Amino acid sequence: MKELTYGEALMEAFFEEMHRDSKVFHICGNHGALAALIPEFGEARVRACPISEEAYVGAGIGAAGSGFRPIISPGMMTFAFTAMDQIVNQMAKIHYMFGGQAPFPLVFRASTGGGRSAAAQHSQSPHPMFMNLAGLKLVMPATPYDAKGLMKSAIRDNNPVVFFEDQMLSTMTTKHEIPDEEYTVSLGVADVKRQGRDVTVIAISKMVSHALAAAEELAGQDIDVEVVDPRTLVPMDTPALRASVQKTGRVVIVDEACLTGSAAAEINALLTEDPATFRALKAPPKRVCAPNVPIPYSPVMEQFCLPDKDNVIQGIREVLG
Amino acid sequence: MALEPDQLLDMYRRMVTIRAFDERAADELHAGNIPGAVHSYIGQEAVAVGICSALKREDKITSTHRGHGHTIAKGADIGFMMCELFGRSNGYCHGKGGSMHIADFSVGMLGANGIVGAGLPLATGAALAAQLEGAGGVAVSFFGDGASNEGSFHGSLNLASIWKLPVIFVCENNRWASGNSATTTNSVEDISVRSVSYNLPGVTIDGTDVLAVYETAELAVRRARNGEGPTLIECKTFRWRLHAEQRNDPADPRPQEEIEMGPQHDPIATFASHLTQQGVATPEVLKQISDEVAAAVDEAIDFAKASPLPRPEDALTDVFAP
Repeated sequence: MKELTYGEALMEAFFEEMHRDSKVFHICGNHGALAALIPEFGEARVRACPISEEAYVGAGIGAAGSGFRPIISPGMMTFAFTAMDQIVNQMAKIHYMFGGQAPFPLVFRASTGGGRSAAAQHSQSPHPMFMNLAGLKLVMPATPYDAKGLMKSAIRDNNPVVFFEDQMLSTMTTKHEIPDEEYTVSLGVADVKRQGRDVTVIAISKMVSHALAAAEELAGQDIDVEVVDPRTLVPMDTPALRASVQKTGRVVIVDEACLTGSAAAEINALLTEDPATFRALKAPPKRVCAPNVPIPYSPVMEQFCLPDKDNVIQGIREVLG
Repeated sequence: MALEPDQLLDMYRRMVTIRAFDERAADELHAGNIPGAVHSYIGQEAVAVGICSALKREDKITSTHRGHGHTIAKGADIGFMMCELFGRSNGYCHGKGGSMHIADFSVGMLGANGIVGAGLPLATGAALAAQLEGAGGVAVSFFGDGASNEGSFHGSLNLASIWKLPVIFVCENNRWASGNSATTTNSVEDISVRSVSYNLPGVTIDGTDVLAVYETAELAVRRARNGEGPTLIECKTFRWRLHAEQRNDPADPRPQEEIEMGPQHDPIATFASHLTQQGVATPEVLKQISDEVAAAVDEAIDFAKASPLPRPEDALTDVFAP
């Protein structure tokens, strides 16, 4: 075992996969962050780009359709929006639109989420809008272990994968245990981060740590919380989520996105439209999300908007009645 | 490289095929046999054929919403193309793409595209792949005068220039960006002058002269294969028909004299005169080619009509690759 931060774990995934497959290369809007790869792999495979998101995202798609496996890093997910035609109309659709003639294996990775007083444009959590674009796989790792294992699977996947790296997690200096031997984490497999009897908390990305902290606090009050991390939003491990809720009969869904149309809203629907899960519910499900506002700058307002441990505890108390 | 008579006649055949294909496709659309809309390439045949004649099968192209000509010129099968227009399961995209999204990766045709300017970054990426592979491949992006006002044009030409990518940007200036005149929507008369901003060569040529297009493409392809980087070729041409033909065609917004300019610059008639004057072929030989093409397009339509429709639930496949 070794100990790595979230960022170090991702870097290890890049090193391993670039060694494994010469077709893997980086298209970098934010080159400095990947500078450690250059001595080993050269600037041809770790390419610094002009700030032309539309052009270099499209170029990544074109290279993917021509036999390569680009990893495209604009830095922050908010810059995806200047490349939105390439993401929405090309990346998500062309495999399908062309009748499956060729795979488009690529990873589009960027930081997401709030918590650093970066204001509305640089603190948003836009993953739900990507969920509504058929044709993209969506990954939101919560831990260094998952980040590394999921990145390796994303690079090997034959489809476009959008990889959301929470900016609080990816800048954290806390280290977690990572196995010395090689491993991957499959896309579409949820992880029970904590076993519990009384209530299920389904938490996405950074929200997992708030859910675990809430569970620890409530354990002292004889409330046994199960924390389930879907890890990928597309594909969604619906059976695992339903199984947990059928066991506990109560569910809180925690998502940093704005409430309306959030991933939590979709998960809620996946749970309640299933007859067996619906019948098992002892209380209405509860969503804990950001309010429907752009994320504000001033820390006091920002903290008010972003879900935290106390919001999770409040949600759990509501469903416990 | 001088073209042999059989190459010249092959170019002629492909130009005639494009025209016949699009004439018949429009007829079938108006007869109610093809759904959606068809963007006719008629009048611009010399561009697709001139450029693609300078390419190898493994070279890549990206196309536009007006993509039938590029697809045929790159060597795709008109039977499978017609099946796609008819929405049949054995079309190139199994009925999921239609006229505006035909691709044939087996001949390096990476897809027509419904978004103006979207193909430029994709071709730039195909050229990046070719450069990384180091096997001398090149990529071509076909686009219109309207697309040269998109941000994707700016970003792609800059990216291709700084990385010296083996890509050729082919602007088909047919004077109209959908219903808007290029004279009122472009800041310059010749799109090629924009190449100066990206430090790459740009040239404007007569896009109705297939041999001029071919010769220009040859030079650009040679530059690209030699690692000397991208070229912008502007082909002045004419769109004969509506922007898009539909069941109930709208009125053509262009002035009558503009519409009449197309047939006055017929690339097929021009090339036919050249071939007969140079003694490459007699009028009878050219007539025979046209007859053979007409029969081949008939056959493609018969094939499409006899082909099975997709099952409705086939809509659920191919979202993700295995």
